[in-house]
Amino acid sequence: MNTHWIVEYSGQLLDGLGTTLTLLALSAVLGFALAVLVALGRMSRNPLVAAPSIAFTSVIRGTPLLVQIYIFYYGLGSLFAQFPLIRGSVLWPYLRDGYWYIAVALILSVGAYVGEVVRGGLRAVPRGELEAAAAFGMTRRQVLWRVRLPRAIRLLLPTLAGESVLLLKSTALASTVAVVDLLGAANVVRAQTYQVYQPLLLVAGIYICLTFIIESGFSLAERRTMFRRAT
Amino acid sequence: MSSFFELVGFGDQGWGGALLKGLWVTLQISFGAFLVGMLIGLAVATVKLNGPRPLVRVAQLYTTLCRSVPELLLILLLFYVGSMGLDQLFAWLGYGGLQLDGTLVAIAVLGLVQGAYAAEIFRAAIQAVPYGQIEAARAFGMRGRALFLRVTLPAMAPHALAGMANLWVVLIKDSALISVVGTNELLFTAKQAAGSTRHYLTFYLVAAAMYYLLTLMSNLLCGWLERRFQRWMPSV
Repeated sequence: MNTHWIVEYSGQLLDGLGTTLTLLALSAVLGFALAVLVALGRMSRNPLVAAPSIAFTSVIRGTPLLVQIYIFYYGLGSLFAQFPLIRGSVLWPYLRDGYWYIAVALILSVGAYVGEVVRGGLRAVPRGELEAAAAFGMTRRQVLWRVRLPRAIRLLLPTLAGESVLLLKSTALASTVAVVDLLGAANVVRAQTYQVYQPLLLVAGIYICLTFIIESGFSLAERRTMFRRAT
Repeated sequence: MSSFFELVGFGDQGWGGALLKGLWVTLQISFGAFLVGMLIGLAVATVKLNGPRPLVRVAQLYTTLCRSVPELLLILLLFYVGSMGLDQLFAWLGYGGLQLDGTLVAIAVLGLVQGAYAAEIFRAAIQAVPYGQIEAARAFGMRGRALFLRVTLPAMAPHALAGMANLWVVLIKDSALISVVGTNELLFTAKQAAGSTRHYLTFYLVAAAMYYLLTLMSNLLCGWLERRFQRWMPSV
């Protein structure tokens, strides 16, 4: 088995790993913030707030992520290119790079999928705890931030672990719009060395390790935040 | 500048026919992969629940692998390795030069990934069947295939329905990934149309709308099926 390409391309593979990890972190954090907003929007009694949230969730969850990425990157990208004002602006180098399109697509995706998860969690928080918090004199906003949301997140940790792994796998789509992430790096090696499956196998192994790290991280968090389950 | 309806219509300038053909291929791939995934899932779930030790290990390796490696990577890997291997196999059997059908490879690859997820759903569903029912069937002298087909399968089906409905929708969406290796399904056709007319946004939005209709109809159908199955669910 020929393995000297690993040394030769290790720099590129590490760069790719870095891209995958920053993409994962960026879309996890911003996506989760969006997810909380979407969940609150869906639970709102005001139809002007609830309806757009429901539509957003339905459309994002009902279409393939790859198609969404193409709409952003090729669709909006080619639209932006038609405006000299945008083309000439300082933002253009960023607007040309697939990275930010992928990031936006992933953030929206997390917002929709995890939004549903968060909604389920917010509804699962025992009423008594919310009433107790209100009895202490907390305002509705304080109850949400100090009691309801933390409690919901704790309830949802196992589900969020699964969603994070799915997000990690989704970041691999970055390679379809010429972003050199982990899979993109493997493709570069594949094209330059004619090694068909070895780089892919190596990268598959790295993804498995990352999945393992994510899952152990979440189960650690679960054990560190033990609480007594309401009966 | 041609109008939207000329672009996606059925005239000689229109891509409507090609897109519908792509949709049909997408449906073929999804259906085929769903069936393959179900068969693999049932087999793997059975092995995981009461198979011999080494086989359980293999089954576990398969499910972790398929669930933690990006689908796109698996598709690339299996597509290249699979078509290379099958080519060699055909050549060795004396059928050299037999071109592999992209649709079939897509079905095999997506089915293999589906199988890993389906296995977990079926395992949970089989475990949800009250053991007394299986004991009763055994007492009647049922064994093996008869036991499975007449008792276990009907009893587990309502439990597996919601999960499998989810998987079906995930599968329709995952089938778009196949466009990367150049099988002429819906997204691949949209990509060709977008490239040759330079109307990127139009064609990707049309493709998105077609996928959305597909998943929307699937969700409605699954909701209806679930309500029909409710009557066979043990009342909790």
